[in-house]
Amino acid sequence: MATESTPPLAPPNAARNLWPGLSEAASRLATRTLPRLLLPLLGIVVVLVLWANIAMRINTSLGALPGPAAVWQQAGNLYDEHVAERTKARAFYARQQQRNADALVEDPQAEVKTRPYTGKPTFIDQIGTSLVTVLSGFALASLFAIPLGIAIGLSPWLYAMLNPAIQIARPISPLAWLPIVTLVVSAVYVSDDPAVSKSYLVSMLCVTLCSLWPTLMNTAVGASSVSADLVNVSRVLRLGRLTHVRRIVLPSAVPMIFAGLRTSLGVAWMVLIASEMLAQNPGLGKFVWDEFQNGSSSSLGRIMVAVITIGLIGFALDRIMLLLQRAVSWDKNAVLR
Amino acid sequence: MNTHLELSDIGMNFKTPRGTFCALDGIDLKVAKGEFISLIGHSGCGKSTVLNLVAGLLKATRGGVIVNGRQVTEPGPERAMVFQNHSLLPWLTVFENVALAVTKVFGKTKTRAEQRAWIEHNLELVHMTHARDKRPNEISGGMKQRVGIARALAMQPEILLLDEPFGALDALTRAQLQDSLMEIQARLGNTILMVTHDVDEAVLLSDRVVMLNVGPGARIGSILQVDLPRPRNRLALAENPAYIHARAEILRFLYDGHSAHNTAAPASPVAKVSRLQLLRRKVANG
Repeated sequence: MATESTPPLAPPNAARNLWPGLSEAASRLATRTLPRLLLPLLGIVVVLVLWANIAMRINTSLGALPGPAAVWQQAGNLYDEHVAERTKARAFYARQQQRNADALVEDPQAEVKTRPYTGKPTFIDQIGTSLVTVLSGFALASLFAIPLGIAIGLSPWLYAMLNPAIQIARPISPLAWLPIVTLVVSAVYVSDDPAVSKSYLVSMLCVTLCSLWPTLMNTAVGASSVSADLVNVSRVLRLGRLTHVRRIVLPSAVPMIFAGLRTSLGVAWMVLIASEMLAQNPGLGKFVWDEFQNGSSSSLGRIMVAVITIGLIGFALDRIMLLLQRAVSWDKNAVLR
Repeated sequence: MNTHLELSDIGMNFKTPRGTFCALDGIDLKVAKGEFISLIGHSGCGKSTVLNLVAGLLKATRGGVIVNGRQVTEPGPERAMVFQNHSLLPWLTVFENVALAVTKVFGKTKTRAEQRAWIEHNLELVHMTHARDKRPNEISGGMKQRVGIARALAMQPEILLLDEPFGALDALTRAQLQDSLMEIQARLGNTILMVTHDVDEAVLLSDRVVMLNVGPGARIGSILQVDLPRPRNRLALAENPAYIHARAEILRFLYDGHSAHNTAAPASPVAKVSRLQLLRRKVANG
């Protein structure tokens, strides 16, 4: 009898065993999946819905403001144009090679010419140009700002001397620098066979001028706030000036330097778009400006594609810097986000 | 007494926004080679200042520090310091932290292999070989302090300066490190100057305990000779009358010193030394 009475008890037992699994799944949903994945997705959906609704109601001289669907379609168009342009370029080079080969068969002494394809840069090409420009400008700024920042951080005299100038130069907008940089580049960069175009140089220098300040200031603060104990260690060891900088100051300032670099890259990317617009450097800024001047019915959609691309690239650059920052930070307790 | 280290009539003033602050006023002390001296006194009485002066990290306003007959003018590895909060470079491993000192001090006299062996040897001394590739944030406070001691020892200093080296540690770790320190000193015979708050630590480790009066204008109030045989065992000493007496002497000084200061505190921040105080100081220094 006792054995027969056990089966009816089994289902509640099984249910009890099932509950922990279920509640675990529920708690995982509440603590991990929901905030990490679902909430951000929900946020994006809300933004898209709002955008679509507002865009419908606004009529510009170029037609209604494009909604998400129209922009998505233009993104597809831009990519197709890129593929088409590449095909044309390949065909051009194939023809040229064929022509040259034929010429050489006819007359081995023939002078063959190799001309580059001169089609207009596609959207993807322009992204590439923008990235090259921003990264070179940022690199130049960092090469200048980090050593100067260390020097300023270590010398109160140098700090007192340069701080006012830095504070005044820091808030200057790229748009204000641009005319000056343009004229200076035109005057100084005179070459019959220029390695890089003037517009590239102007944009890059504007990026440099505007993006070096956060790195400079952060490096200076980092270098000046080395722990007094570590400075004493260095003094007891009688480390030379250069060794002191290399072994104590620089590593100790690294977290600050990278925080500065991250801000600088963000500024650089913002500045780049403005200076490309005005300097007519063939990048995303120029793309936006050209589409604006073009004023066709698809222009607004194409500009929006560029705007979103600019945001996505800026976000990606920031994430890359964050990963770098985490990798080089010796202070593993610091929360970097 | 063959004087190795001498503090000669040291006065130390600090400039503060509220005028000059006189931290030390007339410190005189002679230390023999291989002697273990503890500096004990209330917080803020200038114990650490004395240590920093010997290290050369501070420059005395009056008087000076003399090591082997020469006046100290700058810091140097022959007066190695173990800092209160270990002061390891957080971006270097345990091995690299010691290596920084070794390459600087022995870079020209030892080969690379010899340097490496010397680093290993010093880590072995403080029983830290197992953690040689860890970074400071991966090891405990006691282990960090061991590495700090290894780094100081690796400079092969004539004088080892310890600034409350075990202050931040739990009792058990502290006891272990105190035993290690006694063992190391017995083996290497360094002259040691240690700042401490801990009366038991002072008696257990020292040959002489130097008691500083309460600042401002601190000077040596009393010096206690600890004539306990070495090696010393903390458990055996706990019942030893001489040990208990020494301990009581220091405690009495600390409590009396405090109340004496409250009644006889100088009005101006820069203490004027009265004839009586001068006399008392001479008596105190023998």
